Amino acid sequence: MVENRPFLTFLTHLVLVAGVVIVAFPVYVAFIASTHTSEVLVGGIIPLLPGGHLIENYTQVLSASSAANGLPSYPLMALNSLGMALIITFGKIAISILSAFAIVYFRFRFRLLAFWIIFITLMLPVEVRIIPTYKVVADLGMLNSYPGLTVPLIASATATFLFRQFFMTVPDELMEAARVDGSGPLKFFRDILLPLSRTNIAALCVILFIYGWIQYLWPLLVTTDPGYYTLMMGLKRMVAIQDGEVQWHLVMAGAILAMLPPVLVVILMQRLFIRGLTETEK
Amino acid sequence: MMDTKRTIFPNRVMPYLLLAPQLVITLVFFIWPAGQAVKSSFEREDPFGLSTSFVGFQHYVRLLRDPLYLDSLARTAVFAVAVTALSMAFGLALAVAVNRLVRSGRIYTTLLVWPYAVAPVIAGLLWWFLFNSTTGVLAYFLGQLGIRWDHNLNGTHAMILIIIAAAWKQVSYNFLFFLAGLQSVPHSLIEAAAIDGSGPVKRFFTIVLPLLSPTTFFLFIVNVNYTMFDTFGIVDATTAGGPAQATNILVYKVYNDGYLGLNLGSSSAQSVLLMLIVVVLTVIQFRYVERRVQY
Repeated sequence: MVENRPFLTFLTHLVLVAGVVIVAFPVYVAFIASTHTSEVLVGGIIPLLPGGHLIENYTQVLSASSAANGLPSYPLMALNSLGMALIITFGKIAISILSAFAIVYFRFRFRLLAFWIIFITLMLPVEVRIIPTYKVVADLGMLNSYPGLTVPLIASATATFLFRQFFMTVPDELMEAARVDGSGPLKFFRDILLPLSRTNIAALCVILFIYGWIQYLWPLLVTTDPGYYTLMMGLKRMVAIQDGEVQWHLVMAGAILAMLPPVLVVILMQRLFIRGLTETEK
Repeated sequence: MMDTKRTIFPNRVMPYLLLAPQLVITLVFFIWPAGQAVKSSFEREDPFGLSTSFVGFQHYVRLLRDPLYLDSLARTAVFAVAVTALSMAFGLALAVAVNRLVRSGRIYTTLLVWPYAVAPVIAGLLWWFLFNSTTGVLAYFLGQLGIRWDHNLNGTHAMILIIIAAAWKQVSYNFLFFLAGLQSVPHSLIEAAAIDGSGPVKRFFTIVLPLLSPTTFFLFIVNVNYTMFDTFGIVDATTAGGPAQATNILVYKVYNDGYLGLNLGSSSAQSVLLMLIVVVLTVIQFRYVERRVQY
């Protein structure tokens, strides 16, 4: 701060407190709703203070008997979301670090072509090519399976570029020394490059886990078997039921629980999160 | 972009093996389907799916003359501009505020960034719940003010609902990038201006804001990209494109026409047009990044 202006400092805190309140408000209301009974919620305007049914509602959501209306139980959907997020995270990191290694440390024919093929994935988000991609996955018999849920989302130009960028900053002497010692490319990769990339990998893990966890459109297309539903789909379907009242207290408890893993990752690993976000975004 | 190391490994086969997984996935799930989209955007299938015939630009011509498509295009533009402006304005205000603080900045940052990790479909559910006409808190308060909120019947209300939900999720992103931009503004410039007697407001508009323009431009492109392609979940959880197409943005229309309506030709043509939009946005973004690297 350049000069001391008490009024401006007061205004600063006012803006920030207001910002925090606005940002948190929808989640606060969801939490409140998740602590009341459905009678209270259907009966009119919802209260602004927590009710006494927190434990009851959350255990009901988390119990295996939460399966209803053609939906699988909540824990199973959570497991599917977790599986999907983890496979996407590790798959993306594995294939992009290997291709970055190939592009930086080798010269070979069609290098430029390979680079452009990877680059093009930047321009084809799954949203713009849903029908043809769905057809490919269906033809390969990958509907209703973990590979079908994850593999089409795994190719990633941004992660490849990030590793390429980082490898270019690794001193050449390290690689020359490794070659003098007689170690081959794989040994160099495993013993030197991989340990050096630790922070980058960790930062990417945070971003990609969130990316995988919040996927919605793709699982919606490729899963018709409720056994493969993810949390995001399940929550949407809990609201879209045709017959009977929507169980808002359970939907909101489910939504709070579904938000928790990625939000905790952001809060607990804030430094890695910011690093990952600012570096992967080209 | 294309340099290697000064010295390289001599292996001839290994680089291909290392690249294989990425290339196979890209070819099978990106390039091939994109090619299929382009191909079927020029074809028509007979009603029984037995044969296809080449129809040239017919799907495109029909699409660009279809008032529904043009309407969807216009609504997408409104949506994108509104979300971008709203979330960037809020993000900038919060970043400027945090940047003024010395100690408490970190806590505020933590309290502001987490919505990034909330799934769009959940963001949609949360705001839908606040605005629904029977139990929603905000709908109730608006009712007290004499506004009968009903996003199920009123197209403008539905649009405002998805704009708020989409902007809410994106504020944290803009906040972080603006904060990074503000922290790289040289302190000496601010001090020099302060010594010359210009106050905080004048300093902000004459020094800080111009220096932030690369960040602002970058965020503008990223936000437009986000609203166009990452908001499917928000729309599906709140309005499902309705009422009467009022929130049927392009991405949602592709899904509706192709996946639910099974109109392959038109949906493919829509996909190709969307790809063109992404290509343009990506090229702009990269041209700008090149400049920033030299800068």
